[in-house]
Amino acid sequence: MSIELTNISKTYNGSDFILSDISVKIETGEFFAIVGPSGCGKSTLLRMIAGLIPISNGQLRIDDEDVTNLPPQERALTMVFQNYALFPFLNVKDNVAFGLKARKMNSSEINTRVNHALELVNLTDFSERKPGELSGGQRQRVALARAIASDAKICLMDEPLSNLDAQLRNKMRSEIRELQQKLGLTLIYVTHDQVEAMTMADRIMVLNDAKAQQIDSASNIYDTPSNTFVASFFGTPQMNLLPITLKENKQPSDVETNLKFSITNSLKAGNYLVGVRPNALAIDEVSSKTNAIVTNIEYLGTHSIVHAQLDNSLELRIEVSSTHNLSTTERVSVSVTGNHYIFSEDGQKLLNTNGGYTDGNASQEPQLQHSI
Amino acid sequence: MTQYKKRKKIQHILHYSLLIILTIFIIIPFLLGLWTSLLPTADISKGALWSSHISLDNYVTAITQTPIIRYLFNSLVISLLTMFAQVIFCSMSAYSFVFLKFKGRDLLFYVFLATMMLPFEAEVIPNFTTVRDLGLLNHYAVMIIPFLTSAFGTFMLRQAFLQIPGELKEAGDIEGLSHWQYYYKVVMPYSKISVYTLAAYSFLSSWNQYLWPMLTTFSDNFRPVQDGLRQLQSQETFNNWGMIQASAAIIIIPTLIALFFGQHYFKSGLNEGAIK
Repeated sequence: MSIELTNISKTYNGSDFILSDISVKIETGEFFAIVGPSGCGKSTLLRMIAGLIPISNGQLRIDDEDVTNLPPQERALTMVFQNYALFPFLNVKDNVAFGLKARKMNSSEINTRVNHALELVNLTDFSERKPGELSGGQRQRVALARAIASDAKICLMDEPLSNLDAQLRNKMRSEIRELQQKLGLTLIYVTHDQVEAMTMADRIMVLNDAKAQQIDSASNIYDTPSNTFVASFFGTPQMNLLPITLKENKQPSDVETNLKFSITNSLKAGNYLVGVRPNALAIDEVSSKTNAIVTNIEYLGTHSIVHAQLDNSLELRIEVSSTHNLSTTERVSVSVTGNHYIFSEDGQKLLNTNGGYTDGNASQEPQLQHSI
Repeated sequence: MTQYKKRKKIQHILHYSLLIILTIFIIIPFLLGLWTSLLPTADISKGALWSSHISLDNYVTAITQTPIIRYLFNSLVISLLTMFAQVIFCSMSAYSFVFLKFKGRDLLFYVFLATMMLPFEAEVIPNFTTVRDLGLLNHYAVMIIPFLTSAFGTFMLRQAFLQIPGELKEAGDIEGLSHWQYYYKVVMPYSKISVYTLAAYSFLSSWNQYLWPMLTTFSDNFRPVQDGLRQLQSQETFNNWGMIQASAAIIIIPTLIALFFGQHYFKSGLNEGAIK
């Protein structure tokens, strides 16, 4: 069951668009994640696909059939909600069977389906219990079983794991992924957690400001973010974004500090934003030529995040191995060792990706060393 | 014992003595009433609290010589019908105030609420003229039809329905439940406790009606218990107090039964675990 969105828009008053021009084709059996900060319209988009909220503009096709104006039950899909949406007065079995009964399926068929679904989520022993007697993880599994029991091949999930604790979330993540593979479901998964999206999804749509910022696989989004929003949204810790000014003669604009980048000649003079991931920066604490001061150190076990302030007062996050012996207020030398990205000044466009500064011979293109 | 524990204990003793005193004040007239219903009227008239002739004679007299059973039956019919009607109509109107979207919905609800501000006594005269013109006087209908629905019931159930998480409606929509199906398959079971509370409330308030039936009924065939009880007293030149007490005891029995069964539902938290 493929799902095709063509220029889908949503507005409540005719002029302010909550979503505008969303177009994507989701293939059969694909795990598609919609990710974005709260309030970006991702749940609204999911509800429009489900048919719970009318679509203002555009067309929605499921299996090449126009379903834009069909009521939800005729779209043959199921939905799993953040707060489970279980019926507290029904036991687990009846909760799973609820939709099937509403669709007037015969009772032996309902029984087989319910038992099969409960088996898949390991809840067979709990079938007589009420939702109130289950833990959060078990409740969410009941909700999953309800989706599995239906014969619909499209499943929509609205932040299904955000009410669970971190450990359980990790476990459920792989469980959901396995179930999706096993059943061949086309799954649309809404989340605000970029890690969840990256670890689970085949493709990700990044939503912000009512628009789809980028639709691509996790690795492509991470490697070539299409703008600064996507770049800073994906990856922990966040990418460093630093303003630079390139002069006509391509000479460094700010020579007082010396964080050096290699920049291709093809760039015109002007203002740009340069993005460097914390793991593409390195700290040299023995160098006598320093350019930054350590302001904070977050210890994370295998590595630490060092917050440093460049001498021109720009803040940097740098990932270092935990074996360092840095301390706050220590002066250090920071240098770029990995990839960095050049964005247009407004952050809307990725202009190019560069290899790190490695003494001038990182790339074939003629390059200039540039400092900020 | 530490100072703190000591103070705590004294506090407990004070609390409980106050509660015990209050209990005694509230329960004594009730027990006294029950007790006198077992005494012969001659002894009651003398003001005696003890008699050598404790018996259920008063109950036998009440049942055989007065229409108390008929009154009970009338009240039961009126109260049950009022209760079912109120549960059905109040829940349906509350449903529409919560789940249906139509123009002027909230304004309509406030108008609804405004009717709660009018005291019943102020409505008695216009209501009386209306039912008289409709020719409903001295019939069950006159005690049921004006009470088929209540603004309070609608208000109470609306508040309960507002507690139902929106996701349940969405889950219902995805399964294709109609409003009617959603109403009886999800909303009513979900709000079970509020519905039972309204049922108990409307039953008891109908059972305890006094002013309205007094104005609108003229014969024992339709008179409910509260007015019937009043009737017993004035009919006799010599008041048979023992028998009147026995009748009073008889008519509180259904109230006690309703409370006894109702309590079971009020206690259990049936709504746990719908959502986190």
